[in-house]
Amino acid sequence: MIQFEAVHKRFPNGTTAVHDLSLDMPEGGVTVFVGSSGCGKTTSLRMINRMVDPTSGTIRVGGRNVLEQDAAELRRSIGYVIQQAGLFPHRTVLDNIATVPLLLGWGRKKARAAAGDLLERVGLAPEMGRRYPHQLSGGQQQRVGVARALAADPPVLLMDEPFGAVDPVVRTQLQDELLRLQRELNKTIVFVTHDIDEAVRLGDRIAVFRTGGHLVQCASPAELLARPADDFVADFLGAERGLKLLSLTALVDVKQGAAPDGGPWELVLDGARKPVVWRERGGAGGAEVPVRPLRDTDSLLSALNESIASPSGLVARVDAEGVLTGVSSRSDIHSAAGDAHLRGAGNGATSPDGGAPAPEPSAPTAATPRGSAPDPAAQSPQGLDLPAPADAPADGKSGRGVA
Amino acid sequence: MSFDWEWVGSHRDDLATLTVSHLQAALTAVLLGLLISLPLAVLAHRVRPLRGFLLGLSNVLFTIPSIAVFVLLLPVSGLTRTTTVIGLTIYTLVVLLRNTVEGLDSVPQKTKEAAKAMGTRPLRTLLTVELPLALPVIMAGVRIATVMSISLVSVATYIGDGGLGQLFTDGFQRNFPTPVIVGVVLTLLLALVADALLVGVQRLLTPWARTRTRKA
Amino acid sequence: MYELFKDLGAWLVSGDQWGGADGIAQRLAEHLQYSLLATLIAAAIALPVGLLIGHTGRGAFLAINLSSFGRALPTVGLVVLVFLASGLSMWPVYIALVALAVPSIVTNTYAGMTAVDPEVKDAARGQGMRAHQVLFQVELPLALPLIMTGLRLALIQVVATATIAAYVSFGGLGRYVFDGLAQRDLVQVLGGAVLVALVAVVLDLALSGLQRLLFRHRPSTLKSA
Repeated sequence: MIQFEAVHKRFPNGTTAVHDLSLDMPEGGVTVFVGSSGCGKTTSLRMINRMVDPTSGTIRVGGRNVLEQDAAELRRSIGYVIQQAGLFPHRTVLDNIATVPLLLGWGRKKARAAAGDLLERVGLAPEMGRRYPHQLSGGQQQRVGVARALAADPPVLLMDEPFGAVDPVVRTQLQDELLRLQRELNKTIVFVTHDIDEAVRLGDRIAVFRTGGHLVQCASPAELLARPADDFVADFLGAERGLKLLSLTALVDVKQGAAPDGGPWELVLDGARKPVVWRERGGAGGAEVPVRPLRDTDSLLSALNESIASPSGLVARVDAEGVLTGVSSRSDIHSAAGDAHLRGAGNGATSPDGGAPAPEPSAPTAATPRGSAPDPAAQSPQGLDLPAPADAPADGKSGRGVA
Repeated sequence: MSFDWEWVGSHRDDLATLTVSHLQAALTAVLLGLLISLPLAVLAHRVRPLRGFLLGLSNVLFTIPSIAVFVLLLPVSGLTRTTTVIGLTIYTLVVLLRNTVEGLDSVPQKTKEAAKAMGTRPLRTLLTVELPLALPVIMAGVRIATVMSISLVSVATYIGDGGLGQLFTDGFQRNFPTPVIVGVVLTLLLALVADALLVGVQRLLTPWARTRTRKA
Repeated sequence: MYELFKDLGAWLVSGDQWGGADGIAQRLAEHLQYSLLATLIAAAIALPVGLLIGHTGRGAFLAINLSSFGRALPTVGLVVLVFLASGLSMWPVYIALVALAVPSIVTNTYAGMTAVDPEVKDAARGQGMRAHQVLFQVELPLALPLIMTGLRLALIQVVATATIAAYVSFGGLGRYVFDGLAQRDLVQVLGGAVLVALVAVVLDLALSGLQRLLFRHRPSTLKSA
């Protein structure tokens, strides 16, 4: 859908913003450009809709060279969202959203109707349409920004740090909204951020840029986290890169067994066999600890978290209806985590059924990498060489009990 | 319209006297304006209700024509230099008051809080933190007030003063353009030089702003 | 002093003063004519210049320093100079008044254009607006409050300065000032001065009221001070 071919951008002041960028973004899906400031990610994005023209090289959108198209018309066919939304302060929210339809000559009535639909689509009440941007909260303004970009239903959406200026809670909401919208619309989205967590959360592909405008690596989040191309990428991904990877790996392949009959903690179920609480055995006065059952699509990171929070060290597994299907032990989750790290890209949470090459039956020693595995990451200090599950304090026996 | 160089040569002394008198009137007015506006601005900055009143009043003053200001002063101080200086001072006040208040407003709250947190008393904060940081905006006001004053002095020619402005009346009455041209050029030059000097003063007084603009 | 103000009051309300070919009503009309026409001409010259400089970013130095030059230019000298060059005509008055008004309008128009959030301009371009659409649909409406302030400022200055029309033997409210000065008639001088000040204040209030009405939807940061 979008292709960069040997694209260079050098600004008049002599700085090279983008260096020999070649990148192919297929139709549909979110490609995230990440990197620290001055790495050329925003310039690269802005070259797609000709807000910046490349010094050399070719950029194609939908097979057509952007430089051969009229810049204004090209931009009308591509959605564009920027930080702080960049809304027109002198126009109502509805008229802001209707900008591109009006530029395309749809007529005021049709443009406003489309704008009204989009307002709803991004989760804003219809009466918001009559307000002026400064009467909206930052998060609401950003939603309007997204609605405006989508108004003429462009196949491509460019988003330049769109959620950079809102607080973390609102940012998470906006990210969820975007993922929801993307499931409905399946646009080709290019998203710029300097926040690696945002990139991992939103991206189907992540392109990591280094200062000087070099593209260092472009891969799926799981692949990137598992096999960073070099130290720069590894540093950029951060010390918790292993945990981030687990957030992308689904729980589905972790083996489960029946809930234990013995042991100090009992999993209490309701009439429909839905988990209710962990209760200490030994009479009515036993302590109760809340249980947070997980589904197959939940991430290994949640499972790891729950296995620590659960007093029994066991994680309750349920099906889509919330009915208990079994429990997984802390050691099995740890093994799966180690495997996930070795496999890297194999089993993404976004496609839990993805063709992972026959996961190994998790041997108790699985936390130790197989000697032949040529995975540099596994030897790095940030690798997931967690202590062997059996060393986990206090509940070794309950862990074994399940297997 | 021809220019008479000979007239210029033969009136060198007169021109020098008029220039000095012109500059004296303008600068006195700016100094007086500063002396009056500084405490007023601090007051307007600290006491919110006063602020609207003082700024509103200075706005109204600005809408009164300069010639009218001079003339309205006639019953008070007559056809004297005092009238010229008072009239000009009123104009400088309008600019200086507004800019000084804006300058004080522009000092970041955090900086003031930092000064307070380190135990600086209000007066000391004003003198060592607020006024220095407000200086660029205040100096912008001083520059405007100075240039404006220099230009406005000539209006006082209608009430018999006016420094270089007297050349305009003179040339007008004798239908002789040379003194008028000389007057206009000298006024512009005075304003230009004064403005340039003030820019220099400002750069000397605010070294931090100097490096900041270089970086930006 | 009291007598003076009593006489002034009498002068201002006297019916004889208001009527006739050289009455206050006539002088007022002349004064307004000079002022409004001069401001209009100045706006026709200055607005395109200010918009162009603001839109392209070229010539910013000119826009910034023009106001300083305009302030430094002695209007009295300019009027006399043009009068001596052109003889008895309205030229000196209009040239001086336009020269006075142009810098304020250019500078404020430019300031209004540069005050438009670059993010908003970027977004406008990014949505596919052409240069003229960005200028007329985004920049101009957003710069309008400051542009209006510039026009207001220019008009006030022009009204105040239009008194000098009388200095070169034309009408307007300046007649009373200069005739009074010549006849040592303080009441007449004061009467003229008060009328000019009143016209300026009333026009200023009217324009700022209009401005407030036009931009009541704007966030306060975009409104003019």
